[in-house]
Amino acid sequence: MVTIKELPREEYLLKGHAACAGCGPSIAIRLLFKALGNKIIMVVPACCTTVIQGPYPYTSVAVPLQNILFESTAAAASGIVAALRQRKMEDITVVGWAGDGGTVDIGIQALSGAAERETNFIYICYDNEAYGNTGMQRSGATPYGAWTTTTPSGKRERKKDMPFIMAAHRIPYVATACPSYPIDFIEKLRKARNIKGTKYIHVLAPCPTGWRYDANRTVELGRLAVQTGLWALYEIEYGQFKLNSPSDRLVDKAKRKPIKEYLQLQGRFRNLTEEDISRIQQWVDEDWEHYRKLASNSMSDAALHGKI
Amino acid sequence: MAQMIIDTANHIAGYAAKAARVKVVAAYPITPQTTVVEKIADFVESGEMDAEYIRVESEHSAMVACIAAAAAGVRTFTATSAHGLALMHEALHWAAGSRLPVVMAVVNRAMGAPWSIWPDFSDSLSQRDNGWIQFYCADNQEVFDTVIQAYKLCEDERVFLPAMVCLEGFILSHTYMPVKIPEQKEIDEFLPPYKCGWILDVNHPLSHANLVSPDWYMEFRYMIQEAMENAKQLIPKIDKEYGKQFGIEHGGLIEKYKCDDADLILVTMGTMASDAKIAVDSLRKEGLKVGSARVRVFRPFPVEEMMKLAEKAQMLATIDRHISFGMEGFLASEIKASLFNRKDRPLLAGFIAGLGGRDVTSEAIKKIAKKSLKQMHAGKVEKETEWVDLRE
Repeated sequence: MVTIKELPREEYLLKGHAACAGCGPSIAIRLLFKALGNKIIMVVPACCTTVIQGPYPYTSVAVPLQNILFESTAAAASGIVAALRQRKMEDITVVGWAGDGGTVDIGIQALSGAAERETNFIYICYDNEAYGNTGMQRSGATPYGAWTTTTPSGKRERKKDMPFIMAAHRIPYVATACPSYPIDFIEKLRKARNIKGTKYIHVLAPCPTGWRYDANRTVELGRLAVQTGLWALYEIEYGQFKLNSPSDRLVDKAKRKPIKEYLQLQGRFRNLTEEDISRIQQWVDEDWEHYRKLASNSMSDAALHGKI
Repeated sequence: MAQMIIDTANHIAGYAAKAARVKVVAAYPITPQTTVVEKIADFVESGEMDAEYIRVESEHSAMVACIAAAAAGVRTFTATSAHGLALMHEALHWAAGSRLPVVMAVVNRAMGAPWSIWPDFSDSLSQRDNGWIQFYCADNQEVFDTVIQAYKLCEDERVFLPAMVCLEGFILSHTYMPVKIPEQKEIDEFLPPYKCGWILDVNHPLSHANLVSPDWYMEFRYMIQEAMENAKQLIPKIDKEYGKQFGIEHGGLIEKYKCDDADLILVTMGTMASDAKIAVDSLRKEGLKVGSARVRVFRPFPVEEMMKLAEKAQMLATIDRHISFGMEGFLASEIKASLFNRKDRPLLAGFIAGLGGRDVTSEAIKKIAKKSLKQMHAGKVEKETEWVDLRE
């Protein structure tokens, strides 16, 4: 296991980038570069990172970066992977880096296609649970009850479970992460790089502007999401489900903080009733029952999926 | 030794992609384009073509994969038709804006609704304004030659734009014709290895196509316009150079037939020009001074050549296999626009014909010519746009 002290000192997300104060996704980008270095080609669709990288003729990202159409991250990555194979430059890691709207909504077709074609790349969805770049409109990743500019009284439907949708593609590696747990995220990225095929990492990335909390509490919010069990850290490697620390200690409900502790810090959940909160708590508990079963059945799952 | 083969234009487009040493093909099937990509799949699987074939899940992804592969440093090819091309629309802008030399065969097919699988130019002409060079072919040989020429043109640093090579569905796509395929060595001499203006390079990390403020955007657009003007100069040169090496020329921007002394010139695109030639020969026998001009390149539009063509003629008749609803055929509009500032411009009558694959025979074209001549003698155009053979 790496430690923070052992991480490279080089920074490929440069000073002066244009993210909001307290931006969760920008922490995740920095960690991505710490994990993978600069021998990567990054594909970025329309998303907050379009802004974070800065306008022409500047860039705050010191790796080659292809900006591409909103729905097309995985298609562009497919083209680059194919070209690099023809040029015998397969030592370069291709990374798709897209927001939740660009992944679970408009980009799901291209991503599904690339995964089914076993395209050799890492796809990272940084999830701030709404269309952040356009001013916080509801996405398929917005959770139940959350205010957005297009759900002024709160979203009435549940969040799409994208990591499991990707797992259903039988790709070799699916993982969840959160920038509040940097070592976990970095280790998952490094593991993903060494696996051939499509690797999908879904990162919950708190957003002070959209979630309506103080910008100095981003890391705390990420931790609470994990500690309440609302966001579980896990990986599905060749079909084998495994909870990662600290989520692996939360199977017992008594160890999980009540979700209210996470929800009450955020203005976007201000309209939730007690009934809403207990409904969400119940869903979280059901999810954990599911995780518990998966963790204990993971060996038979692996046999079902087979190693790719 | 060059090889003579007899095959369909779709297969020939596949042969051309192979001859051009394309490295990445990303494609999605649609009628009548399918046999282009089936041929390429065969070439790739048999090892005759050293390329990656990405079987994408949509045309939108096909174009994006080509854009990204071109940006990552290899020659790319795809093919589509009608609704597939329309689905690509957004990505077509991205390819041209990124100045990447993607080449695509467009097997022309009418747009729905209602469904049609037969040809007209409504698919490619709907993509008129997105910065793609547009070639229109009249036979299978021209399909092969134009794909090769298109790479040469698009990868020229004065151009660096994508191009579509259009061929009408079924009329060409599924029709067998003899085609001369030059020797690979000769093609390699004509078409050097892939070149593009920039590349995704880990040693020179840059953000490509990032946000551009109003302070810069116009200059980027102006450069595309300049590149189009450069392409207009280069296309006839490349066609001539190709002709010198392989013995076949296709008329550069406009292919002219008996236009020098013509009072009336019939202006068409694609295969209709072949029927127009038959009509011209027949009319000439009657002593009527009629010529035929085939617009081979629609973007950049050959404005100057059109002016020259119109200098001596008293009348032009355009036959459009397309309609811009609420206006007229594109050829009619473009030619009128080209000639507007000239004092002694000829009359122009526009005809709409052959939509959704309806046959346009040489007899029908003769009728169009005679109608036009009548108006020419009267010195007045009766109708700006007339629909040919329309049910009452």
